[in-house]
Amino acid sequence: MTALLELEGVEARYGQVRALRGITLEVGEGEIVAVLGANGAGKTTTLRAVSGTVRRSGAIRLAGRALGGGPEAVAKAGIAHVPEGRGTFAELTVTENLRLGAYTRRGKIDTDVERMAAWFPWLTERGDQQAGTLSGGEQQMLALARALMSRPKLLMLDEPSLGLAPLVVREIFRIVRELNEQEGLAVLVVEQDARIALAVAERAYVLEVGEVAVAGTSADLRENESVRRSYLGY
Amino acid sequence: MANFFQQVVSGLASGGIYGALALALVLIHRATGVINFAQGEMATFSTYILWTLTQNHGWPYWPALAFTLAVSFAGGFGVHQVVVRPVERGSVLRVVIVTIGLLLLLNGAMTWIWSGEVRSVHSPFPTRTIDVGGVAISIQDLGTIGVSIGVVILLGLFFRFTKVGLALRAAATNPAEARLVGVRVPLMLGVGWGLATMLGAIAGALTAPTVFLDPNMMQAVLIYAFAAAVLGGIDSPVGAVVGGLLLGVALNLLGTYIDFVGADLRLPAALAVILAVLLFRPAGLFGQRVVRRV
Repeated sequence: MTALLELEGVEARYGQVRALRGITLEVGEGEIVAVLGANGAGKTTTLRAVSGTVRRSGAIRLAGRALGGGPEAVAKAGIAHVPEGRGTFAELTVTENLRLGAYTRRGKIDTDVERMAAWFPWLTERGDQQAGTLSGGEQQMLALARALMSRPKLLMLDEPSLGLAPLVVREIFRIVRELNEQEGLAVLVVEQDARIALAVAERAYVLEVGEVAVAGTSADLRENESVRRSYLGY
Repeated sequence: MANFFQQVVSGLASGGIYGALALALVLIHRATGVINFAQGEMATFSTYILWTLTQNHGWPYWPALAFTLAVSFAGGFGVHQVVVRPVERGSVLRVVIVTIGLLLLLNGAMTWIWSGEVRSVHSPFPTRTIDVGGVAISIQDLGTIGVSIGVVILLGLFFRFTKVGLALRAAATNPAEARLVGVRVPLMLGVGWGLATMLGAIAGALTAPTVFLDPNMMQAVLIYAFAAAVLGGIDSPVGAVVGGLLLGVALNLLGTYIDFVGADLRLPAALAVILAVLLFRPAGLFGQRVVRRV
């Protein structure tokens, strides 16, 4: 498999605190990869290092090309980052959120809006509603739809299950998986809920204090004694 | 009764000017989170450019105005990039102090460049009056009302239907998120400052024919614009304009019919409006509390 996203010895710090101590990981074309770990292990920072919202060093490549610059440049290069905690514009309407999702693209976006309405049928009738008034699950889906509007090469999801009902979480992951199967969308997902993440991802990395502790296929990780005890709880 | 209507129309005309400048304040407040105390001085500066072009260089009015607007946009953009952006990340107070410094700087610069003498600026509208159902209404007042309302509608359409307008709103309401979708936030905030300065230039050009142009021309107007913006809700573009029109009419009627107010107590009346709104309805008439579910 050819690598779409490659991180090599990536470090990041918040002030004096080293959050990433040399992360090396890879997401292949059309692959879903999960990043697991406890709070503070550096999962979110890994995504932020990729999107350029935190100061980082080390090599990050997208489709073989060095990825640099701020988040604007990363978005333009084809990475859609759905940050933790409902990445929507609360004061703008649902439709405006979708329009913003396609900001980096030129040309018409009508067909993309229709495509999103096929995945999330409720989007059409709620188009004029303020995003902030949607329920938590709807906001997470809107954030996902908004990210897809940019026709990304890679989708990065940060804790999509956070604070949502199990049924909604399953629905979100079902859609992510179908997008992956039908459209070959590559996904890098950070998740606390290891069970659901390993169910949807092909491979996963487990982070501990800013380093990759274990890496492997989801099946291997499910069998791994320490992963099972620490993250799956059985 | 005819006098009443005349007073209402001329109140709407000055209210339109307050509204335009209030809208400039609202734009910058939404973009940068501060009140731009230099807004009035910036508007006066623009008006001086218009005056120089028409008086000293013999430009016809409309091309001169168009050029002035373009220069004002560039000037506002430049002010944001050069003096506001470096302090934007810090406390609000730092930006406020920078805008006050800018006020003093521009005021001094205008006195230095154009001297403190009063100048007169022509109006693009005839000074005649027309008769509407027995009420004599000045064409200049109508023109002022038309321009200010037209500008507001144009701006509303721009924010609602264009990609840049949407990006501007995104950058103002949620900069971190806006960057993630690829919006260049500092650039957009600069465009916001540019647009606000353009609005100020329009307010200045509409004000100048009725008073005289001097470096302090817009200072009183800025107070009225504050009152209008606070009345309408400091984050509401529609509120700024409605607030401006209401204030213009109310002050004009107060000055006409309540003897002791006259022309002298208009400014204190505007300050009373600010105080009353802040005490009893801090969000203003159109202010929205942000609705957010978690």
